[in-house]
Amino acid sequence: MAKIKGAVVVDTERCKGCDLCVIACPSNVLGLAKDLNSKGYNFSYMARPDDCVGCAACAYVCPDACITVYKVKL
Amino acid sequence: MTTNEIINPANLVYKKTNVLTDVPMHYCPGCSHGVVHKLLAEVIDEMGIQEKAIGIAPVGCAVFAYNYIDIDWQQAAHGRAPALATAVKRLLPDKYVFTYQGDGDLAAIGTAETIHACNRGENIMIIFINNGIYGMTGGQMAPTTLEGMKTSTTPYGRNVELNGHPLNITKLLAELEGTCYVTRQSVHNVAAVRKAKKAIQKGFENSAARKGTSVIEIVSTCNSGWKLSPGAANEWMVENMFKSYPLGDLKNI
Repeated sequence: MAKIKGAVVVDTERCKGCDLCVIACPSNVLGLAKDLNSKGYNFSYMARPDDCVGCAACAYVCPDACITVYKVKL
Repeated sequence: MTTNEIINPANLVYKKTNVLTDVPMHYCPGCSHGVVHKLLAEVIDEMGIQEKAIGIAPVGCAVFAYNYIDIDWQQAAHGRAPALATAVKRLLPDKYVFTYQGDGDLAAIGTAETIHACNRGENIMIIFINNGIYGMTGGQMAPTTLEGMKTSTTPYGRNVELNGHPLNITKLLAELEGTCYVTRQSVHNVAAVRKAKKAIQKGFENSAARKGTSVIEIVSTCNSGWKLSPGAANEWMVENMFKSYPLGDLKNI
């Protein structure tokens, strides 16, 4: 079976740290950063990037449309 | 392959549609409004109707929707969005006209306009965000507030003897002759988001086919008003709201 690898890019300034993408991620890739953005929110980031399969579940549930998803077949 | 190598336009799976503007939304973190705005923008983009769609904004948190979705908008007096949508659609019959209303707007002050627009079968789509409270003004009881649900004006929970029963307005609208498609959706997980998107697309298609009024209720969370975190608000909605407001099509002709 072809292995799939994904990556997400979070618009950290647009992100409000609501945690919904972290809950939605089936591979447990995302986490909330300890750093803050200029609005004072702990933005979402790829805490375990190797596990990402590019399913875009995070992007579908994101209320602020701040996630872009990429995926490749290896 | 490293993450930086994967991040390449050729490998793109999902990105924000251009119909959604770059203005950061004013909604609270985790608000369902953001997801519904995104779905509307995606459907408008995919159907290629950006120049033909006209939205009617309500009074409520979504009053600033014109900042976020790059189409033509009108703003109606509280609850009067279906009346304004009727006028816009009759004057410009080839446009895709929809209203975007909350439960306080649609089911309280605008009940008359909603029921009569649906009964006349105006060829519009009504998007109804039902979170069970008045979110913008501080979480007061709305007609759709559940029995026993705590709000800022019912701190001991809604008492049916004093405050009456929750109003299931979508079920009521499904009984009317003028509606062609009445459905209840949610946006709490990926499957629900996809179904809600299909429902919105069907609403626009019905509008173009002049079949009558489409009503799409989105059972939503108001985590600030409910005093819960966004994740906990979704769980609370699944446990409590879905009992009174079960998801699915109520009418589809």
